[in-house]
Amino acid sequence: MAGLPLYAQLINLLAAILLLLAFAMLAQRRVLSLIDLFAAQGVALTASTAIVAWGTGQTHLWFSAALTLVLKVFVLPWILYRLIRRLDVRWDVEGMVNIPTTMLIGIVLVVFSFNLAYPISQLASTVTRSTLGIAIACVMLSFLMMITRRKAIPQVIGFLSMENGLFFAATSATYGMPMVVELGIALDVLVGMVILGVFFFQIREQFDSLDLKHLEKLKEPE
Amino acid sequence: MTASGFLSQLLQLAVALALAPLLVGWVNQCRAWLQNRGAPPLLLPYRTIHKLFSKDAVVAHGASPLFRLTPYVVFGAMCCAAAIVPSLATDLPFARAADAIALVGLFALARMFIALAAMDVGTAFGSLGARREMFVGFLAEPALLMVLFTASLISGSTSLPTIVETLAHRELGIYPSLAFAGVAFTMVSLAENARIPVDNPATHLELTMIHEAMVLEYSARHLALLEWAAALKLFNYSCIGLALFLPAGIAEGSDWLGMAAAAPLLVAKLAAGGFALALIETLSAKLRIFRAPEFLGTAFMLAVLAMLVHLLLES
Amino acid sequence: MIELGAVLAFPLAGGLVLALVGERRYAPAINVAASLLTFVAAAVLALRVFEHGPLLAVERQFFVDSFNVFLVALTAFVGFTTAVFSRPYMRIEQEHGRLSPARLRLYHAMYQLFNFTMLLALLTNNVGILWVALEGATLTTVLLVSLYRTPASLEAAWKYFILCGVGIAQALFGTILLFFAAEKLLGAEGGALLWTELDRVKAQLEPTVLSIAFVFLLVGYGTKVGLVPLHNWLPDAHAEGPTPVSAVLSGLLLNVALYAVVRCKVLVEGAVPTMFAKSLLMGFGLASVVVAAFLLSRQKDVKRLFAYSSIEHMGIITFAFGMGGAIANFAGLLHMTVHSLTKSAIFFAVGHAAQKAGTQSIDQIRGLVTQSPMIGWGLALGTLAILGMPPFGVFASEFLILTTAMREQPWATPFLLAALGIAFAAVFSRVQPMVFGETTVRRLPHRPAMMPVFVHLALVLVLGLWIPPALAAWYREAARLIG
Repeated sequence: MAGLPLYAQLINLLAAILLLLAFAMLAQRRVLSLIDLFAAQGVALTASTAIVAWGTGQTHLWFSAALTLVLKVFVLPWILYRLIRRLDVRWDVEGMVNIPTTMLIGIVLVVFSFNLAYPISQLASTVTRSTLGIAIACVMLSFLMMITRRKAIPQVIGFLSMENGLFFAATSATYGMPMVVELGIALDVLVGMVILGVFFFQIREQFDSLDLKHLEKLKEPE
Repeated sequence: MTASGFLSQLLQLAVALALAPLLVGWVNQCRAWLQNRGAPPLLLPYRTIHKLFSKDAVVAHGASPLFRLTPYVVFGAMCCAAAIVPSLATDLPFARAADAIALVGLFALARMFIALAAMDVGTAFGSLGARREMFVGFLAEPALLMVLFTASLISGSTSLPTIVETLAHRELGIYPSLAFAGVAFTMVSLAENARIPVDNPATHLELTMIHEAMVLEYSARHLALLEWAAALKLFNYSCIGLALFLPAGIAEGSDWLGMAAAAPLLVAKLAAGGFALALIETLSAKLRIFRAPEFLGTAFMLAVLAMLVHLLLES
Repeated sequence: MIELGAVLAFPLAGGLVLALVGERRYAPAINVAASLLTFVAAAVLALRVFEHGPLLAVERQFFVDSFNVFLVALTAFVGFTTAVFSRPYMRIEQEHGRLSPARLRLYHAMYQLFNFTMLLALLTNNVGILWVALEGATLTTVLLVSLYRTPASLEAAWKYFILCGVGIAQALFGTILLFFAAEKLLGAEGGALLWTELDRVKAQLEPTVLSIAFVFLLVGYGTKVGLVPLHNWLPDAHAEGPTPVSAVLSGLLLNVALYAVVRCKVLVEGAVPTMFAKSLLMGFGLASVVVAAFLLSRQKDVKRLFAYSSIEHMGIITFAFGMGGAIANFAGLLHMTVHSLTKSAIFFAVGHAAQKAGTQSIDQIRGLVTQSPMIGWGLALGTLAILGMPPFGVFASEFLILTTAMREQPWATPFLLAALGIAFAAVFSRVQPMVFGETTVRRLPHRPAMMPVFVHLALVLVLGLWIPPALAAWYREAARLIG
């Protein structure tokens, strides 16, 4: 830690915050708070991308940061909020596994990710390489969240936060992917979200109900 | 052990004994202010202790010697802890015994005695309080140990004075691990000291109380010792927290001058810490007892995260 | 150049036009026309590559060699025949009241866009764009699978979206790692994600990183291939979507996803000289074959039955590419072709059979031959072909794969043989009563388009009897490319 430039220290801090937020999402019971946490993750991601851009002079990262800010802090949470308001689903999220167990599994996953990341980050030339493990951990934790949640919207949030983790991995390990790829990914995420939004309405229409519980019934194999 | 070292040690202990009730009074006062109530006098805890000491003790019929012994054991354990926690200086004669794990052991000893004594008389409240206390302790201790391990990992030693010296001399920077560990430690301290979200020190409502339920059968000097010990516990936890996360200003050595300089700083830090505690207690609501595992689980998580983050980002 | 542009432009333009004009009487015709034009452009492109060799275009962003141009041609061809098939099929569905005009508009637009994303995935030289295109393919097919809006189709689409979304996120991480490894050699500007550049420096890529990247890529794209244990979405999506979508999912999308895996495998093979990538592919492939064979015997829905058969065949192909070497790769490519043709033909026949019976349940489709010999024989022949009966092409490729396995990976042969035997028994015993015996089916309001079924089966038959030398040379070239 000692001897790192200030921006790298800031990125480490933001990485730690991202990890904390990933755990917070894992533990969160309320859908609305989950969206807030997702937006907070977006803020941390924007900040870290901007700091990498500032610290390393990679100008294209400014665009990534702006894209992240718009997409992940404003647009996606806004869509989710709207969806929740329109669908009127505010009840608590129920996990399949209780929260302490989920947390313990989460810790195991973090240790696993750190081990996985270790050989890779040894090879990296970026100042921020040590955050790669945290990025993988965030991906894994979002994955865990998707597995343990039975309601549709938390699953989607888990999916989106997995995207966040991947984005963070891209910035921390390589200073970001080429612009065209990043734009493509952003487009896919946005389109995916819109499709899911439509999807929720289809579900509501289909069951003539605002209750997403039916989706759980659907989840069971026939 | 030189005479001057011995005196320094005594001074630190004396300061702890003297300041502990004051800290409790200060927290109560701050809380009253924050809640727009009339504040109790700052020195009320002293008066309470004094009043209790001058009363005649009443002991329940079925009580065993353990019941009488417990206040002394608990008080003694807390005094020991106060002597070894580096609150004023790091290089005191007892400092060699100031191992982080030993410290946790001292707290556990006190907890065990007080829980046994609470069950000794055989009242429903006592057993209930004891059971809850062990429940909370069972969850809080791993988290506390994790926090201490994180600190030991950073400094490469489990000896508290070494930890404090290493932390105080680290290069200025952003240490996410310490931030996480700090939050975890605060949460553990709240639980261990029977504070709000886990217990409410100001209530005698049977559904919620933990600490008060255990000392319900005590009176007079026994109660005074227990209250004083509780105050000392709060003081000790505050000092551990300050030593780990705000180590600047603790005298390194045992000379009188350094300790004299450290004392006002300690008082100032404790005052700030006490205010923060009052603020937390005002802002949060008490959790149901069955939510306590989640609260402490979060603390444990944070402590583990602190360790992991330290290993990954700062090594 | 111009052909390449045309291959991508036709489906994209077709999709946009179909979305704009909405559901008209001539919308299916536009759909067929766009697919036909795409196929013609793909054929011209293939000829060109065949004559002049590999092609790099638009600042190296697109790359065509024998390996992908063969898949481009196949994709465009099956895309075209499926469009032909879907014309009467979707009309019947509409008259049965299962689809509204708005849904048909969505269907046509998405069908073309789906073709576009697959062709883009095949043609792009950029590994990142490959990911983007495959994710795009997922998104379009999610809409196609949920077209009927029944609870079951919504469930299937949801499962598909979540599983493939998660899977493809793993692939993105693998891509990031690939970029990470390449960036040091090629620099961050542009080149580090281009497959041709990666291929050039593959021997110097960091083995550790590439190994980890390959695991993620294989899990990610493997989910889309439907490899066991990541196959859960596949039967549901096949069974609940409209039949033309099942046909293109099985016939094309799985191939394209496998193409992505193989492209990545080539890079990893170059960087990691051990058996690592090979063993992984063989393991996943064999697991898919065996598990799918056992699951086949438990199916009651005819489309699910053939969906599991697709998993089985994808497993065989993956296993073949895992073995590597000239013959196994050749056989793998051949199997890709014949499986794609046969499976889509079967789905065409099954689609009409299900329409006739009004159900997809195997027990309730009986005696197809007496009512409509074309559909009955189409299904019977297609089933025989997919089960590896000579003289169809599937037999040739499976035979090649099995003999290579016997020589190079003898331990795997018993599993393969047993699985093929079980699959044969399971599928044949279910399809036989569907085709022959007392009939339960009714007449259809429109004449079904059986042309594509027999064209596909004829091609498979030809490939089983005689592979044209030009085509064989082409396969050999492609097989050499993928090591």
